[in-house]
Amino acid sequence: MRLWKFPDQVVRLAILLALALAAMIFVRGRFVPASFGEIGHYRADAVTAIAALPIRYAGSLVCADCHDYESEVKNRSYHGPLACEVCHGPGALHAEDPGAQTPVIPRERGVACLYCHDYLPSRPTGFPQIIERLHNPLQPCIGCHDPHDPRPPAVPEACSACHAQIARTKAVSHHGALACEVCHEVAPEHHEQPRSFLPRKPTTRQFCGGCHARDAEAPVEIPRVDFATHGERYLCWQCHYPHHPEG
Amino acid sequence: MEQDYDRREILMKLVELPCSAVLLAVCGPLEALAADGEYDAREHYYGMGIQVDKCIGCGRCVAACKAENDVPPEPFYFRTWVERYVIDSDGEVKVDSPEGGINGFPAGEEDEDTLRAFFIPKLCNHCDNPPCVQVCPVGATFMTEDGVTLVDADYCIGCRYCIQACPYGARYLDPRTKTADKCTFCYHRITRGLLPACVEVCPTGARVFGELHSLASPLRRLMRMSQLQVLKPFLNTEPKVYYANLDGEVR
Repeated sequence: MRLWKFPDQVVRLAILLALALAAMIFVRGRFVPASFGEIGHYRADAVTAIAALPIRYAGSLVCADCHDYESEVKNRSYHGPLACEVCHGPGALHAEDPGAQTPVIPRERGVACLYCHDYLPSRPTGFPQIIERLHNPLQPCIGCHDPHDPRPPAVPEACSACHAQIARTKAVSHHGALACEVCHEVAPEHHEQPRSFLPRKPTTRQFCGGCHARDAEAPVEIPRVDFATHGERYLCWQCHYPHHPEG
Repeated sequence: MEQDYDRREILMKLVELPCSAVLLAVCGPLEALAADGEYDAREHYYGMGIQVDKCIGCGRCVAACKAENDVPPEPFYFRTWVERYVIDSDGEVKVDSPEGGINGFPAGEEDEDTLRAFFIPKLCNHCDNPPCVQVCPVGATFMTEDGVTLVDADYCIGCRYCIQACPYGARYLDPRTKTADKCTFCYHRITRGLLPACVEVCPTGARVFGELHSLASPLRRLMRMSQLQVLKPFLNTEPKVYYANLDGEVR
């Protein structure tokens, strides 16, 4: 005997509904991730997974633990606010195991310094900038500037004390790195009696050819001319100004 | 000196004493928990400030972000990038961002007609009312309790709705995983007490990161001291990246 008498179609529908419900519960249990909805409408485990990603930049506080001298010098200088890893690259690996990785040391010209210090009119007024094309071409920045204490370098006073204009012109030219004595033979007495003991100028074409001749043993960046065909009747400095050579 | 207590005061004191004892007993262990170093997202709420006057357009933030977060190397996938705005005296605005600024900017956009020019670093604004989260059909992008919008790469189906929805163009589809990706405020760093990589390497301190809900944080100090703007305020996305002294032309 049945307690309730349902029409057949209702019973069939109820069975279908129960099956659908069971299927939904099964599918949800299978496909909705375990931690979904614990905090919000997302997987709580995703937050933990993202937080557990490895770091690459250690942070300058970590650098100072071992490199205390460099960081102390740096912190007192114009570069004080800079993190070490701006120039030296990510160093978390190195911080964990100093032997595992060596941070980059940008010694060449134009690798690290020019990102910030090459002249761009859009940069804020007053930010120290140079025109790379004109500022001591081919010289590495660290030849004159200490990146940990980047004060403007002091020009040697010996010649520039009197020949300041020439020194300034030469300082920003391609010949900026050459000492005056490379080309000028200066007697020690010139310092006391400048007019009685005049410095000498190069008297031969071969002198300049030492760097600029086709077969000269000098860095490849230096421009070359064929001394057999190029202006053979003149000394080089009669046409070119060596304190600010063109090009 | 003799002090007179009336009945009301004595009763109040009688209630106060056990109450403070209970409070001490409850709060003491709580503080100890926090000091344990266990990160509690509910205690933080992050934002970023950008001082436009200080940005020199060196692009170190872009390079650091790519290195830190393993962003695809192609020059059109960025979590953060720098734009150069050059505004002519006739009002024409030129915006460029060669390779996102990762190699710095070439000279030449600016000429004698230029009225003003400046750099704008951009990144995900971690909106308080994020359109990208609203459109995600599966709940793979979400805002954490500390106010950072993240993408669950394991759960993302790569439908790109969020990339369409972001009014700031801050998202991209990672070509390797075919999932959406974006700035996380370096969530793996900030939860360890470090700064985001872009903030860490910014040479001029143009980027400031900090707590929004704590009065004593570098970010709140910047917010007190500066004229603040956000990008596209009319969209009511309520960005948490605040720009100090932003030019009206910046979009």
